[in-house]
Amino acid sequence: MSKTVLTLKVQPNIPLEAELLSPDIIAPLGNKEIASLPVILGKRQKRIDDFFHIEGDGSETLEIHGDLGRVKWIGRGMTRGNILVHGNAGMHLGAYMKGGSIEVGGNASDWVGGEMKGGSIHIRGNAGGQLGAAYRGSLSGMKGGTILVEGTAGIEVGMRMRRGVIAVRGRVKDFAGLQMKGGTIVLMSGAEIRTGAWMVRGTIISLEPLKLMPTFEFACAYNPVFMGIYAKSLSSKGFNIPYKKENGCYRRFQGDSSVPGKGEILVWNPNH
Amino acid sequence: MAGNSKLRITGARVYDPANGINGEIKDICICDGKIVADIEGGRTINATGMVVFPGGVDVHTHVAGAALNFARGMLPEDHRQNDPFVRTRNLRCGISGATPTSFVTGYLYAGLGYTTVNEAAVPILTARHTHEELRDTPIVDKSTCVLMANNEILMELLEAGEYERARDVVAWNIWAAKAYGVKAVNPGGVAGWKWGKDCKGLNEIVPGFNKITPRQIIAGLANIVDDLGLPHPVHLHCNNLGAPGNVSTTLEIMKILENNRAHLAHLQYHAYGGDDWFNMCSASAKIAEEFNKRKNLTTDAGAVLFGNTVTITADGPWQHLLYKLTGKKWGNIDVENETGCGVVPYVYKEKNIVNAVQWAVGLELLLLIDDPWRVFLTTDHPNGAAFWRYPEIIHLLMNADFRREQIAKLAPEAIGRILLPELNREYTLFEIAIITSAGPARSLGLPHKGNLGVGSDGDVTVFSHTDDVAKMFAYPRYVIKGGEIIIEEGEMRNTVEGKGILSKPFYDPKVEDFLRPQFQQFYTVSFDNYPVEIERIEHPDIRPCKGVQS
Repeated sequence: MSKTVLTLKVQPNIPLEAELLSPDIIAPLGNKEIASLPVILGKRQKRIDDFFHIEGDGSETLEIHGDLGRVKWIGRGMTRGNILVHGNAGMHLGAYMKGGSIEVGGNASDWVGGEMKGGSIHIRGNAGGQLGAAYRGSLSGMKGGTILVEGTAGIEVGMRMRRGVIAVRGRVKDFAGLQMKGGTIVLMSGAEIRTGAWMVRGTIISLEPLKLMPTFEFACAYNPVFMGIYAKSLSSKGFNIPYKKENGCYRRFQGDSSVPGKGEILVWNPNH
Repeated sequence: MAGNSKLRITGARVYDPANGINGEIKDICICDGKIVADIEGGRTINATGMVVFPGGVDVHTHVAGAALNFARGMLPEDHRQNDPFVRTRNLRCGISGATPTSFVTGYLYAGLGYTTVNEAAVPILTARHTHEELRDTPIVDKSTCVLMANNEILMELLEAGEYERARDVVAWNIWAAKAYGVKAVNPGGVAGWKWGKDCKGLNEIVPGFNKITPRQIIAGLANIVDDLGLPHPVHLHCNNLGAPGNVSTTLEIMKILENNRAHLAHLQYHAYGGDDWFNMCSASAKIAEEFNKRKNLTTDAGAVLFGNTVTITADGPWQHLLYKLTGKKWGNIDVENETGCGVVPYVYKEKNIVNAVQWAVGLELLLLIDDPWRVFLTTDHPNGAAFWRYPEIIHLLMNADFRREQIAKLAPEAIGRILLPELNREYTLFEIAIITSAGPARSLGLPHKGNLGVGSDGDVTVFSHTDDVAKMFAYPRYVIKGGEIIIEEGEMRNTVEGKGILSKPFYDPKVEDFLRPQFQQFYTVSFDNYPVEIERIEHPDIRPCKGVQS
């Protein structure tokens, strides 16, 4: 399978907005046309080849090498194809994406998958805050798709998300699931404080004990049927969540009653 | 640059209703920014096959001020969805949308051929900010109406029956705000909102007061405005806006205003029948019938178009209700002693029965009120839709077949509640020129606007004459403001600064002795810092008042 390989040759000294780094735009183009695509450095328009060395013609697979920590909007609004980033990725990775997949070998910055509607994003390192979140002022964040993070994540994970799945293997910071309206967040290593604040609907699953807000009320301890199906689906991606009765049960907390909300936080309680 | 150029527009059909010119081919000549009978030399624009209108006049819009800015801040998502205006050699950057930024507001208005706008709701406390923003709204001339119907000092005076002092206070307030007219929003109701209440009935006592009622406030203000001889009559946003069955309130208010001049703002929001949201229907026939009889009144449509927008009004209690209905965002501002304000983003949907009725009522009023000189095209920007969508309404008014196509898209339950399917009237270009320019200028009391007679301002719009009405009015070929060509061949090539239109009614200077202690007691602003300085107004144009002079 052919692929397009971009290698960062000049590290931008300020953030570079490169929303054209998306298979939808690059796939139909030849090598030279890709090279002349515009990117915005500060308030100046530049060409992609001012910063990247480009090999091959356009294809459905983009491979990007280098520390792209200052390169924003990679894969913005993409609907198909794959992007592989061998290195770090900057803010707004995969924002508004509708399909296809993005894989990042290093760390990613804030707003990964902001307001995405479909597709999948897999971060091997750590991610910043606002995974799959709603941009300021918007009423809903991600509406579908999957975000998987192997490392830690920052604040406001899944803020105002409506559908889709976010799973984080490391610990996440404050306000996970802030004002959440649906969808699922899986916290493999728990979270800091104020998890699920203002949540209206949706599910937060934590495998570690959480410091919950007083507006969440204990409902019951049980083993939800859907957890088996979820576990099967997530285990194919390397995220193993327990669901068997003999291993323990989930304590279900309902809230946030200050909104009032019908959300749930499920905290895994293993048998000792 | 300003004003010393000569310009002749030749070969076009001219629609100048104020002078009874209906589509005649004649030359329009401009010299030193004014229309003149003839010129020698100068530039000639060959507009053969095109139509010429006087520059548009918007009688009721919300384009600057604290509430607008609050809405802009509340809606970053609206800004992201709309195309940015990129800076060019002539134009500043900004964003469009439901609440465009100040410079873009000027560009968009001029881009529709509008050259005069009336910012319809300014509290005196934020008038200084409003004028600063209007200064940054280029090209168009701007007048403002100052909010008065919930002013605590004024209501106390009216309650005590001190009419003459109340009149002086109103006149002082107009000059303090550097305003042009008087706006009354939900008289008494906004004052009631400070107590978490409203004034639905015209005979209810305003919360916090002993005996004053909305009826007395309306009558008092209308008399004061007439006695002061302000060029524009009292600009009234009636009580009970948006509520099903509010037609009775509106009819009653028309009766109160029997012996006064008045402008009823956004009448669409005040013409509903039924008694709750489930049986709400159009009552435009009743309103139009009564309105047609009462020649002392003018109105604007406040039409609604489907889509995203944001509602901004001083009517705080209504906005809280609307927030409860939508469950999305709500902003509330209290302006001490004077008024309030609410901001709620809203989406009008074709399949929503209430919205469909609102859409129809706006058009019905425009079609049922038989005198185009008394009903004007507005959307109560941004409440019904953004002003840059006016061409869509013109299309609906000029083409009954297109209207029927749009009616077919409505929720079927709405059809039985509206009159629109039965109306076959189609507006002519002459009538469009009246409702977008000549009529509003006359209602605002601006004889030098909205007409192409000799001596008027050289504000002229040239449209290409095509069957695609919406496109024709959305993209004028030439827009001339004060003799300067702003838009040429559909492209904005030049910008000018607009004027600030003010009025200075007479007041007894002793009224300050009464106001000063009131301020010291009740306001957080010192009395001397309160009035807006005349230096803040860009190119002030002070219009004469015909009323009391001593």
